[in-house]
Amino acid sequence: MSRQTALHALHVEAGARMVDFAGWDMPLNYGSQIEEHQAVRTSAGMFDVSHMTVIDLPDGSARDFLRRLVANDVDKLAGPGRALYGVLLNEQGGVVDDLIVYRRTDGYRVVVNAGTRDKVLAWFADHNDEKTTIEERDLAMIAVQGPEAIERFESVSGLPVAGLDSFSALESADIMVARTGYTGEDGVEAILPGEAAVALWRKLGTAGVMPAGLAARDTLRLEAGLNLYGQDMDDETSPLVSNLAWTLDFSDRDFIGRAAVEAEKAAGVSARLTGLVLKGKGVLRHGQTVITQTGVGVITSGVFSPTLGIGIALARIPAGAKGSAEVEIRGRRLPVDIVRPPFVRNGRRVYKDPA
Amino acid sequence: MSEIPTELKYASSHEWARLEEDGTVTVGISDHAQQALGDVVYVEHPEIGQTVSAGSEAGVVESVKAASDIYAPVSGTITEVNETLEDAPETVNQDPYGDGWFFRIEPDDPSELEDLLDAAAYADVCEADEH
Repeated sequence: MSRQTALHALHVEAGARMVDFAGWDMPLNYGSQIEEHQAVRTSAGMFDVSHMTVIDLPDGSARDFLRRLVANDVDKLAGPGRALYGVLLNEQGGVVDDLIVYRRTDGYRVVVNAGTRDKVLAWFADHNDEKTTIEERDLAMIAVQGPEAIERFESVSGLPVAGLDSFSALESADIMVARTGYTGEDGVEAILPGEAAVALWRKLGTAGVMPAGLAARDTLRLEAGLNLYGQDMDDETSPLVSNLAWTLDFSDRDFIGRAAVEAEKAAGVSARLTGLVLKGKGVLRHGQTVITQTGVGVITSGVFSPTLGIGIALARIPAGAKGSAEVEIRGRRLPVDIVRPPFVRNGRRVYKDPA
Repeated sequence: MSEIPTELKYASSHEWARLEEDGTVTVGISDHAQQALGDVVYVEHPEIGQTVSAGSEAGVVESVKAASDIYAPVSGTITEVNETLEDAPETVNQDPYGDGWFFRIEPDDPSELEDLLDAAAYADVCEADEH
């Protein structure tokens, strides 16, 4: 039996097509995923992301714990209300998970993926030299995304989120709202108790924010060039071959996996995760082979981009490959351009054609 | 619930077939199939003049979600493909039994149509699909 979020009944009531996702019964779409995608690009959409795992680390010792486990440095967080994106690495430099770390008045809050919940909780427990308190929280989470998201969220919640910088959060009573997201649009993610989430979801709907499902979330995040754990990176791939070198901070501390990624860097990184754009008609898909002038690669995530009207993908290809390549689709080789993601930001195409 | 016109024949792989007055057979995918696929974004047609046998691959339909093969419901020669789907693949979602047709076949043996499912039998296939 799949787990249900606090908003489950509202999805069913809205006629959503429900699917199992990481053990949760989640909305795939509420009719048309393309309409939901366009709502986020042009006005505002909302996602139930309550399946994500929220973990609080309230003790003073959480700082040392996170500095050792997160490959980005939580000391960059200047004060409560600041957030950063990072990865947890294993000793081999593979990615255990990606996460957002929020600094709070008391300690930190981290949000990790749904599918990695058990693994991450075990990882934390096994590496807790500091004996810091690790508390999983049973909270709902709603992402409101799109050019009108801030205005609509403010009008409904009364919380002053327009003044928040990107990757900043405010807390008011039992709600935390952060200016973060997974779509390439402006917006917020609200973490709050289930009952309050139901009320907020209803109010947002009345204010014209369109419910959007997991399918739209996937096309939006891929257009935005954002990795999906388990697909674009996993325990076997390092951040250096996953377009995540920018999340590594080698300042004065050791962290799990540091030695492995430094050794990989010193030896020369053999591959990179980058973007592909299909030049003709068709759709790029996960697992398709990419043939470049310097070797073979693979598509890690591929979709039809509703915003651009073309096939786009993230692919892991030989480090030196650039310009154009070919993708094998049903026995035929179709030309693609190798481009630097993201593909779309704030509703517009942002990638450049290869020189 | 999906629409299943009674005047058409169906394959269990979710294509519909209609015998036209000129003796050709028009082929498309059912309302049930387009709903399951979601937004169609790309259609790959067979070649005109290509011979196909009943149950063989004769094109591909891709939605945002997945790629799915189209099978020829009867054996014969492809005489026409619906070129409007190249620029407007969403027509498959909007009008699966009308403007969203895929291709026409000149059948080798029109009686092969009798081997296909009628609307009632196809409705059972769809129902089984949902469980």
